[in-house]
Amino acid sequence: MKEMIGKASKKVKNTVERGAVKKFAEAIGDVNPIYLDEEVGKNSRYGQNIAPPTFARVFDYGIIEGLNLPNKGLIHGEQIYHYERPLLVGEDVYCYAQVSDYYEKSGAMGNMGFIVLENNGEDKDGNTIFTSKSIVILTEAYRKVQQV
Amino acid sequence: MTKIAELYVGDALNDIQLNPVSRIDLIKYAGASGDFNPIHTIDEEAKKAGLPGIIAHGMWTMGNLAKLFTNYYEEGFIQDYSIRFRGMVFLNDVITLKAELKERDESLLKFDVLAVNQENKPVLKGNVVYRLY
Repeated sequence: MKEMIGKASKKVKNTVERGAVKKFAEAIGDVNPIYLDEEVGKNSRYGQNIAPPTFARVFDYGIIEGLNLPNKGLIHGEQIYHYERPLLVGEDVYCYAQVSDYYEKSGAMGNMGFIVLENNGEDKDGNTIFTSKSIVILTEAYRKVQQV
Repeated sequence: MTKIAELYVGDALNDIQLNPVSRIDLIKYAGASGDFNPIHTIDEEAKKAGLPGIIAHGMWTMGNLAKLFTNYYEEGFIQDYSIRFRGMVFLNDVITLKAELKERDESLLKFDVLAVNQENKPVLKGNVVYRLY
């Protein structure tokens, strides 16, 4: 697994789709008009509706070659977002994923692996809109089954 | 509504208490997020994974927690949002969302954020750095 550090996916073009933002805002019970109401968006400082900060998890970040971790049995330990500005409804975001670290520790669930996975998004000029990190825990049982 | 910029260190945003977690909440989140890990929606799969029942997506709770800040969108935005998933959220749990201002550094407001269940046990804990325009 250590050899995966630094490996990244190819960038994938995503669009912040109005319908997807609406569905997402409803699913987290955050139906604020800044996400949903076109008039409110237009009259806001953003000139447009925005998306909730955790909406970024909806994007396609591409595939990191050689990284095959079925999500069954994985534990999401930590999640970190950094935004340069909110996401705007209708804009294109170029997303990619990268393995930024992997380490092992012994704990209550045996010899566990920790993988730090970055999911980042840029505008069309390559400026960062957001970066994010997920720390995913591979329990000893998971590592045995998946042989990682 | 008070302005977020007018808060003092030690002040809290208004808590939000969610309705008891329902299966349909989690089915909706699975659809909206694309996270179809069946431990969040299907009892048998949760049991196979050694859980007493289905559990909420950690990201569902994290998504909910951010709404404490949504109303202040004209003043700023969530620049940094980091969360540790501390405990599992089960069906019918009643989750309360909290944020307290811990530190002010000019245009950066640093909050401790927390989601607790009906036993006042933290299920998710972290920080928000809110950037004022």
